[in-house]
Amino acid sequence: MGLELADYWMLLLFVICGAASLLVVVSRNVVHSALYLVVTLLGVAGVFLLLGAEFLAWTQVLVYAGAVIVLILFGLMLTRAPIGPIREDTENTRLAFGVSGALFVFLMVMIISTFGNDRLELVPTLTIDMASFLYVEWAFPLLALGFLLTVALVGAVIIARQEVGEGPMPTDDDFTDREEAGPTRSGDTTAEPPALASETASAPVGVSGKAK
Amino acid sequence: MLTVFPLAFSALLFCLGVYGVLARRNAVLVLMSVEMMLAAVTINLVTFGALGATNGDVILTGQIFALFVLAVGAAEVGVGLAIILLLYRNRASVNIDDADLMRY
Repeated sequence: MGLELADYWMLLLFVICGAASLLVVVSRNVVHSALYLVVTLLGVAGVFLLLGAEFLAWTQVLVYAGAVIVLILFGLMLTRAPIGPIREDTENTRLAFGVSGALFVFLMVMIISTFGNDRLELVPTLTIDMASFLYVEWAFPLLALGFLLTVALVGAVIIARQEVGEGPMPTDDDFTDREEAGPTRSGDTTAEPPALASETASAPVGVSGKAK
Repeated sequence: MLTVFPLAFSALLFCLGVYGVLARRNAVLVLMSVEMMLAAVTINLVTFGALGATNGDVILTGQIFALFVLAVGAAEVGVGLAIILLLYRNRASVNIDDADLMRY
C-alpha cells in the first residue's frame, strides 16, 4: 500500500500523541499528566486538521487545550495534587490493563478487517459551509446545547459554592500523614519513590501532609 | 489517507482512557481520562464523516456532531470539577475510593 504525505503526518501524530496519552495515564505526578494531556489534545486537533475539519481543529485548541486544561490544572491546585506518596493506583491495575488491552486488540482487528485499504478523500471543509448547515439544519440542537451549557455552568457554581454553615476548607491536620497512612494494599504504587520523599518533606510548600 | 490510521489512533486513545478510568484513583485524573475518551469519539465522528464525503452533507454532519461532543465535554468538565471540589471540601481527599458513602 502506498503512503501519501498525509499518511506520514498521521503516523507522526500517532506516535507523538500515543506516547503522550500513555504518559497521561501512567504518570505518577498528576500535574505532569495534565501537561501531557495538552500534547494529546493538540494532537487530536492536528488529526482534525489533517481530516480537513479546520473549524473543529481550532475549536479543539481553544476549548480543550486552552480552557479545559486550565480548568483541570485549577482543580488540581485547589485539591492539592498529591505530591507525596499517596496510594495512586487501585489494586486492580492488572485487570484494567487486561480489559483495555483486550478492547484495543478487538477494536484493531475489527478496524483492519473492515477498512483494510480504504482511503479517505481529504477535502477541506469551509467554515462557511459548516456554519450555514449548523444554523439551518441543526438550529434547534444548537439552542438546546446553549441551554445545556448555561445550566451546567450555573449548576457548577451552585455545587461548588461554600454554603452558609458549612465547615471551613480542610486544614493540614485533616490530611493523612505519611506515617499514619494505612498499610499499602497489594498492587499499590506510590506517587514518588521513597528516596525523594525526604526531600519533598522539607520543601516549604506544596507537600500534601504536614510540612515539618 | 488510509482510513485505518485515524481509527486506530482513536482506538488507542479510547483504550488508554479506559485504563485510566479503571486503574487510577485520583478523581481529577479520572476526569482527564474521560476527556481522552471523548476526544477519541470525536475523531471517529470526523473520520466517518470524511469517509462519506462524496455523500452530500455527511461530512458536515460528522463535524457538527463532533462539535456538540466538544461542547458537552466542556460542560462535563465544569460540573465534574465542581463535584470533585465539593468532595474534597467534605472529605479532604480526591481519592475516588474514599467516596463510598452510597455503596450498598
